[in-house]
Amino acid sequence: MNEIIKMSATTLAEKIKNKELSSVEVTKAFIKRAKETDPKIKAYISITEEYAINQAEESDKKIASGAETGELEGVPIAIKDNILIENIKMTASSKILENYTAPYDATVIEKLKKAGAVFIGKTNLDEFAMGSSTENSAFFTTKNPWNTEHIPGGSSGGSASAVSAMTAPLALGTDTGGSIRQPASCCGIVGLKPTYGRVSRFGAVAFASSLDQIGPMSKTVEDSALLLNVIAGFDKKDSTSINVPVPDYLETIKQDIKGLKIGLPKEYFIDGLDSDVKKSIEKAIEIYKKAGAEFVEISLPHTDYAVAVYYIICCSEASANLARYDGVRYGFRAECDNLLDEYQKSRGQGFGPEVKRRIMLGTYALSAGYYDAYYGKAQKVRTLIKQDFENAFKKVDLILTPSAPTPAFKIGEKSSDPLQMYLSDIFTISCNLAAVPGMSIPCGFSEKGIPIGMQLLARNFDEQTMFKAAYSYQQATEWHKQFPNI
Amino acid sequence: MEISKKDVDYVASLARLEFNEKDKESLTQQLGSILNYIEKIKEVDTSKIEPTSHGASGENFWREDKVIKSSQKTIDAIFKNAPDKEADFFKVKKVMDTEEE
Repeated sequence: MNEIIKMSATTLAEKIKNKELSSVEVTKAFIKRAKETDPKIKAYISITEEYAINQAEESDKKIASGAETGELEGVPIAIKDNILIENIKMTASSKILENYTAPYDATVIEKLKKAGAVFIGKTNLDEFAMGSSTENSAFFTTKNPWNTEHIPGGSSGGSASAVSAMTAPLALGTDTGGSIRQPASCCGIVGLKPTYGRVSRFGAVAFASSLDQIGPMSKTVEDSALLLNVIAGFDKKDSTSINVPVPDYLETIKQDIKGLKIGLPKEYFIDGLDSDVKKSIEKAIEIYKKAGAEFVEISLPHTDYAVAVYYIICCSEASANLARYDGVRYGFRAECDNLLDEYQKSRGQGFGPEVKRRIMLGTYALSAGYYDAYYGKAQKVRTLIKQDFENAFKKVDLILTPSAPTPAFKIGEKSSDPLQMYLSDIFTISCNLAAVPGMSIPCGFSEKGIPIGMQLLARNFDEQTMFKAAYSYQQATEWHKQFPNI
Repeated sequence: MEISKKDVDYVASLARLEFNEKDKESLTQQLGSILNYIEKIKEVDTSKIEPTSHGASGENFWREDKVIKSSQKTIDAIFKNAPDKEADFFKVKKVMDTEEE
C-alpha cells in the first residue's frame, strides 16, 4: 500500500510545503486509492478528478514560485454532497437535486480554496442529511470500511468512510443531531461538531437551521484542529454565525490536562448500553485518570426527552426549509397542466420516503391546533435541556459519553423502523439542542472488530479544551494508527 | 395519539406532497407511532419556561438593506438550473384557471 494515503493531513501539508511531495503526487495517490476501493465502499457520489488535478497543479506552481501558501496547500479533502462548490454538481443525495450544479461556493469552500485545499470528490449522505446510516440516500448505501456488511453511520457516512478507507485525508461533514460524530464513531475516525455559530453555513443545504453545523472529519485530532482553524469564523452571509474571535486551535492542543474536570452524565450510562462500548469507555476513563483528569458524576436530567424534542424541532424546521423545492427555480419538475399539481407531483416524486415522513411530521407539528402542543412545547423543553448543560458546566470542564449506544449496526437492521433508527442518535442530539461543541474520537473496537467512539462535549466556544483532552487521549492510545483492511 | 388517513390527506395537502394509497397507509401507521413516542414531552412541566428558538445568543444581527448585485456569471449559473425559463425569468404553469377569469 502506498504510504502517502496513510499520512495525516498535517504531515501531508508539511511534506508538500517542504517539496518532499508534490500536491499532484499526493492527489493522484488518493484518487488511485479511491478508484481501487470505492466501487466496494461507495463513499463518493462523484470523484472530481480533473478539478482536483488542476487545483493540485496550481498548488505545486505556487510552492515552486515561492509564493505565499495556505495552511492546507495542496492537501486533498472530500466534501459532503450537501455543500456547494461552484460549477460542481451537488445532489444532497436526493433525486430532486440530481441534476443541480452549484452556482457559487459555500463560505467554507471559499475558505478552503484560500487555504489551498484540493477538492477530491463529493461524498454520499442520507437524503438531505436525514438519517443515521446513508441508507436514505436516493442513490446507494455507503459501506463501513471495517466491515462492509455494516453501516458507516450517517448522515455524513460518505465522508466518514472516505477518511477511514484512506481515499481522502480529510473531509467536511454536517451535523444536525450527530451526523458528523455518529459516522466518525462508526468508522473509527475523529469528527467534530463545532459550537453553533462557529462555522458559517452559507452554501450548505439547510435542513434544521437552529441545529445545523458544518465540521471537520479526520484521522487525527491535530488534523481536526487544523481544518477548524481554516473554516471557523464569522460570516455576514450567515446571520446565525457569531462574531467571536477564532483562536489558533493547534496552539493549545498539546497542553497538559492535569486537574481537568470531566463529567460523566449518569443518564448516559444506562443498562441498555452495549457491553463492548461500555468496556471501551471505562478503559478510556482510566487513561484520562492516569493523565491527571478528575471525574465527577453529573446529571443531565432532561436527557430522556431529547429525542422527542429533537424530532419535533428538526422536522418542523425541515418542513419549512424544504418548501423551496417546488420545481420552479431549480431541481426536479414533474410536468403537469397546472401549478398545484406540479408542486405536489414534483415533491411527491422527487423526495424519498424519509424526507417526506419528516416533512409530514413537521407540517403536522406546525399546523393550526397543534403548534403549541408540539413545536411550542418542544422549544420549552429545549430550554430545559440547554439549562442542564449550563448547570453541568458550572461543575465540570468537559463531559464524556459514548458516541453511540452500540457499534455500527448491520445494513438493513433498522431501516424498516424509523423510530428505532431515531433512537440510535440518543447520545448525540442533546449537543445540537444545547448548541455546545461535541467531538467523537476513536476509543476501541467491538469483539467483531467494529470501531467504537467516545464523545467529548464542551462549553460554548471552548473547542480548545476539547481538542486538548482529545489529543491527550490520542497520544496515549494507538486507535488512530489502525487502518481497515480493504 | 391516533392519526387517521384523513389527517394524513390534510397534512399532505398543506405540505404539497402527493402520495399513493399504499404510502398513505404506511405513513398513517408510522406517524402514529412516532407521535406516540413524542407525546412524552407532555410530562414535563414547562409552565414557567421560556422557549428556545435556536442555540445561539438570541441577539438579532442587522445588516443594511442594500442590494448587492450578483455577477452575470452567477445569474447565468442560477438560470442553468431552472427547469423552464424565458429571458431572465423563471417560467411556471398558469396559476389561475382560464374559466374562472
